[in-house]
Amino acid sequence: MNSTFYGKLIFELGKEGRVGYSLPKNEFSEHNIDSLPSSLRRSEKMALPEVDELTVVRHYTNMSNNNFGVDTGFYPLGSCTMKYNPKVNEEISNLSAFTTLHPLQGVSTVQGALEVYYNLQKSLSEIAGLSEFTLNPFAGAHGELTGLMVIRAYHNSRGDYKRVNVIVPDSAHGTNPASAAVCGLKVVQVKSLSDGTIDVEDLKAHLDDTVAAIMMTNPNTLGIFERSIPEIANLVHECGGLLYYDGANLNALLGKCRPGDMGFDVMHINLHKTFSTPHGGGGPGSGPVGVRAGLEKFLPNPHVKKSDDGKFYIDNDKDALGSVSAFIGNFSVMLKAYSYILSLGKENLKYVGPFATLNANYIKDSLKDVYELPIDVVCKHEFVFDGLKDKSKGVTTMNVAKRLLDYGFHAPTIYFPLLFHESLMIEPCENESKATLDDFIAVMRKIAHEAAEDPEMVKAAPHNTPVRRPDDTLAATHPIVTYRELMTDTEA
Amino acid sequence: MNYKYFPHTVAEQEEMLKVCGKRSLDELFDEIPEGIQFKREYDLPSEMSEVELRRFFAELGAKNKTLTCFAGAGCYDHYSPAVISHIISRSEFLTSYTPYQAEISQGTLQYIFEFQSMMTELTGMEVGNASMYDGATATAEAMMMAVSSAKKKNKVLVSSTLNPNVKAVVETYAKYQGIDLEYIAECDGVTDKTDFEAKLAAGDVAGVIVASPNYYGILEDYTGWANACHAQKALFVMNCQASALGVIKSPGEWDADIAAGDGQSLGIPMSFGGPYVGFLCTRKSLIRKMPGRVVGATKDINGKRSFVLTLQAREQHIRREKATSNICSNQSLMALYVTIYLSLMGAKGLKEVNELGYSGAHYLADKLCATGCFELAYPEKSFLNEFVVKTSLDIDKLQAECESQGILAGVKIADDKLMLCVTEMRSKAEIDRLVDIVKQFKA
Amino acid sequence: MSKILEGLYYAESHEFVKIEGEYGYVGITDYAQEQLGNVVYVDMPEVDDEVTAGEEFGAVESVKAASDLYSPISGVIVEVNEALDSDPGAINKDAYANWIIKVKLSDPGEVENLMDAAAYAKCIEH
Repeated sequence: MNSTFYGKLIFELGKEGRVGYSLPKNEFSEHNIDSLPSSLRRSEKMALPEVDELTVVRHYTNMSNNNFGVDTGFYPLGSCTMKYNPKVNEEISNLSAFTTLHPLQGVSTVQGALEVYYNLQKSLSEIAGLSEFTLNPFAGAHGELTGLMVIRAYHNSRGDYKRVNVIVPDSAHGTNPASAAVCGLKVVQVKSLSDGTIDVEDLKAHLDDTVAAIMMTNPNTLGIFERSIPEIANLVHECGGLLYYDGANLNALLGKCRPGDMGFDVMHINLHKTFSTPHGGGGPGSGPVGVRAGLEKFLPNPHVKKSDDGKFYIDNDKDALGSVSAFIGNFSVMLKAYSYILSLGKENLKYVGPFATLNANYIKDSLKDVYELPIDVVCKHEFVFDGLKDKSKGVTTMNVAKRLLDYGFHAPTIYFPLLFHESLMIEPCENESKATLDDFIAVMRKIAHEAAEDPEMVKAAPHNTPVRRPDDTLAATHPIVTYRELMTDTEA
Repeated sequence: MNYKYFPHTVAEQEEMLKVCGKRSLDELFDEIPEGIQFKREYDLPSEMSEVELRRFFAELGAKNKTLTCFAGAGCYDHYSPAVISHIISRSEFLTSYTPYQAEISQGTLQYIFEFQSMMTELTGMEVGNASMYDGATATAEAMMMAVSSAKKKNKVLVSSTLNPNVKAVVETYAKYQGIDLEYIAECDGVTDKTDFEAKLAAGDVAGVIVASPNYYGILEDYTGWANACHAQKALFVMNCQASALGVIKSPGEWDADIAAGDGQSLGIPMSFGGPYVGFLCTRKSLIRKMPGRVVGATKDINGKRSFVLTLQAREQHIRREKATSNICSNQSLMALYVTIYLSLMGAKGLKEVNELGYSGAHYLADKLCATGCFELAYPEKSFLNEFVVKTSLDIDKLQAECESQGILAGVKIADDKLMLCVTEMRSKAEIDRLVDIVKQFKA
Repeated sequence: MSKILEGLYYAESHEFVKIEGEYGYVGITDYAQEQLGNVVYVDMPEVDDEVTAGEEFGAVESVKAASDLYSPISGVIVEVNEALDSDPGAINKDAYANWIIKVKLSDPGEVENLMDAAAYAKCIEH
């Protein structure tokens, strides 16, 4: 990361008549596109840039220098599992034997690709303690939606149409209630106790024959393991509902505990979190959905299956919930995740949870004298501070987060979960060395010190970044979302 | 315990455990009830070295067969400039996440702003979002957007000429959302206008979804459709194939309210189905009903032009069950892919790509018809680079024969109908070879 | 300290209604605008829409929060404050002057279920 801002837009670099491509000559010029009726052809000009190749390369290279990634530095963004993205996985996903495959070509010509899908599905089933996975969903939230559809398809198949409620803890990630709503279900919130875990008594009050499912993460959003999960599972199952596991926090449990063994019936996994595929500035991810035995047929079409003779094939099930993707999902991402699992193998995968947990507890216990730790228990892969311990100088979590940028660290997740006013959610993954953690701890302590000695300086942070505190209010009251708008707007 | 992704030495582990007041890694998991602790080893293969891993995937890859592609049907084999894969593998882009911290994410924010700008140019719409998963889910989101914009109306009409894979996803979303979905009949390869008018007149319609080009590659004439929709206060939604928009009449020109589709045809590798990138563009007046992330221009405290995620109050992390959509992670890196593609190609390159596809496809269509075994299924209709032929030949056997000679001979869409596609990637020699195989097959 | 005006009626969800004859002007309280921060958008219903006491009729958005609007009274909307479209921040300047909807009351007696200024002052202390 440099501090010099490169802020040009590609549109500003063009010159009429420049080209950045080369295409073959037209060998069939007797067939001319001009014979298309003009009523079907575009007449409006497109204001796309006209740039040469080197200009494009420099532009995006310079832009990348305004960005921060896991390869740049420590990225303790809570609930996002910003772990190291192994380079060999990228190499493998770029093999032309996979990238050149058309999704509709004959199954006999894609046996290698289907094997990847099938074996990754099997591996995830073993890791999750479930029966079968679909890899079709594109991301975590898409997996949640798919999983809830599985649950509705299951209840509907039994003619049980009154189950329209989904119970969601008040600490849940926003996608949980949003996915429930998209799936046509109603959200019922269940309270948390002061130790951050689900209030089982409050839960009991909501359990009846309208409950389709409960959605939970475990460890929960505070990084705390829900110890009453066996009891919760019993209660929910007794009332006829299912348990949905939001795999956002699965990383903590690798090697130690499996959602299926905890009593969960349906879950999604974020391959871009637990299984190391890069986050790509916001995607593509992949959100496989797994189910326990008996629910397999409800998974979305198409299904990838293996026949007795060892050949793989693609099949549609009439009981399936429907389809959630045009083809079989983000295949390249699956390749990366499968490569990750094979690379670690059973010998190393089991250490992922323990090391992630050790790192989180180490940071927590090294900083809890200066940052407010509202619930002082052993955490799993992440934990939440409620801002600085000394709030007398008015330095907020936002200020601390921005000051961290000055020191070359990505900020933790802030103001989530909503249970505390000054949430600062820290997740250090298993790949981070003690030296990195110690540097981070030292900087966090330094910021706490600065907050006491020179609060105004901390409040004015960041000081060394390419841009400083862009105006969110202006952007939202007066949205300018295209270059065309930017050119015609006078206020911006 | 020595592994390349785990940095702690034994001594460091002990030191760290001490700070946490624990004696072992296991003790960190003491609160997990005994009965649900996972105590055995995963039933998974043993670790592989990088050498073994490369060999393993090379062998798997060898079980696939790369074919000369004459198939489309929602996935297109287009030229992808070398520059793109080079830039998107830059780890500053690749290993970052959603640009929540604008100060250290201007690279991502800026390319998303460029992506939005380019997609709105291409679709002729006013605003666009930072990407959707794929064309099918983008179209389903457009359907939900139409319903939520219409307040009390709950019916959406969908043309039968949409890609069946898109229809399947739209149907799934509609089923669980409780949206009343009705199909507009197909007539000779295009949407039946009479049926459209009748169903629209029946009332309660929140939106109408059509395709351009449609599933069969046909360019349908939507003159008057937007007006008819607007007269009933229904939104007119177009599912589009992105590359074609370089030459065909844009959703904006058809006066559509939402343009949704897949950006894969803008140079993204086919990769057996993904990742691709969905896009959704609309009118400015509907911007707050739009799903997904959106980047806006603003100024920082020094007055520097900068970019931020904006209109976040629509999104799931703030609005929860009342959000416009549940989408969180999107396909950002693929949006960068498309942005670089469109930068390099420009309007002129995109036009040339379409000209090459048009010429090649029409050349192939002529040659196939000249064999006497094929005729165009919809001879009266205009197409760009994808078309359907009718034949009395056994399509399965013909495709198998082509496959054995390294050619993917289109997509079979009915017992007697084959759909073929030609892009700038196909040379005259390749097309002639396909035609020769057909001739020999017939003999 | 948030401003509370005498003579208005208040709901627990922090909307106020100011009664003028058979009409009520509904907006959010000064306390609500403080909690939200800079208002960037007001999602308003349309004229002729019906509102019911206790039911949602729109939303107010700030940069990083959104709050649903619940109507304190029932009736038919006769006017929406269109000035808020171009200047939603007006609510931050004076929440009471910048009402959101004007409603023709269907049941003027409903205001008795709402709080007066003193009761509302107590309500926001907690």
